[in-house]
Amino acid sequence: MARSITYREAINEALEQEMERDPRVIVMGEDNAGGEGSPGEMDAWGGVLGVTKGLYGKFPGRVMDTPISESAFIGAAIGAATGGLRPVAELMFIDFMGVCFDQIFNQAAKFRYMFGGKAVTPVVIRTMWGAGLRAAAQHSQSLLPVFTHIPGLKVAAPSNAYDAKGLMISAIRDDDPVIFAEHKLLYDTAAEVPQESYTIPFGEANIVREGSDVTIVAIGRMVGMAAQAADELAGSGIQAEIIDPRTTSPLDTDTILESVENTGRLVVVDESNPRCSLACDIGAMVAQEAFGSLRAPIRMVTGPHTPVPFSDALEDLFIPDAAKIAGAVKKAVDYGG
Amino acid sequence: MTGTLPTTVTQELGPDALLTAYRTMRTVREFEERVHKEFAGGDIPGFVHLYAGEEASAAGVCMHLDDRDAIASTHRGHGHCIAKGVDVGGMMAEIYGKATGSCKGKGGSMHIADLSKGMLGANGIVGGGPPLICGRALAAKQQGSGGVAVAFFGDGASNQGTTLESLNLASIWNLPAIFVAENNGYAETTSSTWSVATDDIADRAAAFGMPGVIVDGFDFFAVHEAAGEAVARAREGGGPTLIEVKFTRYFGHFEGDQQLYRGDEVAHARENLDCLKRFRTRVTEAGQLTNEQLDGVDTEVAEFIDQAVTEAKAAPKPGPDQLLTDVYVAY
Repeated sequence: MARSITYREAINEALEQEMERDPRVIVMGEDNAGGEGSPGEMDAWGGVLGVTKGLYGKFPGRVMDTPISESAFIGAAIGAATGGLRPVAELMFIDFMGVCFDQIFNQAAKFRYMFGGKAVTPVVIRTMWGAGLRAAAQHSQSLLPVFTHIPGLKVAAPSNAYDAKGLMISAIRDDDPVIFAEHKLLYDTAAEVPQESYTIPFGEANIVREGSDVTIVAIGRMVGMAAQAADELAGSGIQAEIIDPRTTSPLDTDTILESVENTGRLVVVDESNPRCSLACDIGAMVAQEAFGSLRAPIRMVTGPHTPVPFSDALEDLFIPDAAKIAGAVKKAVDYGG
Repeated sequence: MTGTLPTTVTQELGPDALLTAYRTMRTVREFEERVHKEFAGGDIPGFVHLYAGEEASAAGVCMHLDDRDAIASTHRGHGHCIAKGVDVGGMMAEIYGKATGSCKGKGGSMHIADLSKGMLGANGIVGGGPPLICGRALAAKQQGSGGVAVAFFGDGASNQGTTLESLNLASIWNLPAIFVAENNGYAETTSSTWSVATDDIADRAAAFGMPGVIVDGFDFFAVHEAAGEAVARAREGGGPTLIEVKFTRYFGHFEGDQQLYRGDEVAHARENLDCLKRFRTRVTEAGQLTNEQLDGVDTEVAEFIDQAVTEAKAAPKPGPDQLLTDVYVAY
């Protein structure tokens, strides 16, 4: 029987099912329960956006509030992972990685290689990303390219509730450190999500929509934007194929290349800033591996090379939307014609 | 700075334990003196930071630890590795960048690790270890193993936010953690008397609600006693301790450092304070070990290190296929 739950509920359910299955799984982060040491109730928040709500009571001692001390508790999650636990730590906003980045990229990501293959660090760092909440420059970034750049890390960025649950369960069971990027504007979006536990493998893209004229690769919230654009384009007789990589590290290059070989055109949509972005990365990969299949220059639709602005009048201009995507597709389709 | 300790402490350690302690310190000293010599000869690549002079700290702390326990180290990590039981031949080969090294030649001096021994690695990032040790202590607590976790860090790292945050976290979570601040007087060239705002690093313990103690780092017995109390408290659920160990490093920040910033404290320390000399005087005067026994250890260790160097030099470098392996468990 079909059951629809939100992206937030899907992540919560994945955490609950994995904590039930594996006693080594613990959850920690700022206000992950909420209320530690305070006079009122515990589990007051369940994380700033309520993703971990309800777990505290179900798993005594395994849901831990932390001080606002990201280097210490992200590092502690990493250390605990080397010691036999499977921690899921919440770095509230991806923007805050600046205060604890050393523990992520110099410690967790490098242990296995530096130590000659002898370290296993099964930590998941959940973090909220993306623009659109009028949260301004320090609470709205993408930064996925930064993590994707680093060998030793895996990066998942689910675009819908179904993927969020399956990818989270995979992330927790994965023996490598995973950055699990939850788009803040997707938490209230709903999809059909099975009650039972399931996994979605990392490095396996989802072909969201099939089409023959252009390949659109989109990440996170941009998958929905691309779908809107594809609806509009269909009215003009343009059939767009949409690929959601689901994980940016590992990246399913085969699915992207096969699609471009069929369509001959590529538009990459990524709300990150444009320089050294996922759009650049995927574009360069296709240019190198499938140049002969291309019938038009690769188009990139990204945020501009600016911080994310506060005012809605500016933030809405910053974020790629269906019109910009459709415009890029039309340029690609009209090229040379 | 010289510690005066009750004789009961020495009595608690029997001859076997005393020989073990001496062998550990002597092995570290011989290892470091030899690496110093080989580096000067141009045979060792990269950055090497030597622990000579500081042996009593690693030995005095790690004698209290067992397989349940984990340590995190620093860029000056050889002594901690040896004291926690990492294979010395593998360490030497690692320093030479050989395939037979502890980390297959992929880590080098600053990243020697052996997780099977609870050694989480030397660490190239100053202040990198304390957060990780909070995690190991948390894991031990959650698992009910009775294990403790020890962060060794220097006076330089005592000013890092990661260290101060970790002291706080360990305290509020009541973790079985021990923070060992090895104050050798210098963060690279900069004196800890200038860079540390308090008189002593141990003073900072009060700010985080944990005991802080200062020990003479040239005195194995002083370190051993302080660490014993801290480890026992941690195992019993009494929470973390900050121990400041004061001494001087015998060599520069790294090999090749001309040490123009230093006074003449090394010659004085080597002559009058040296941990190996003091240990020998103390145990022989107390009639617990003989000079012949200790000389025997010296000879054994010298041969052992010589063999490690010979084997490391002869070992193969990692093959090209090793460039791409060990990045992930699975990708």
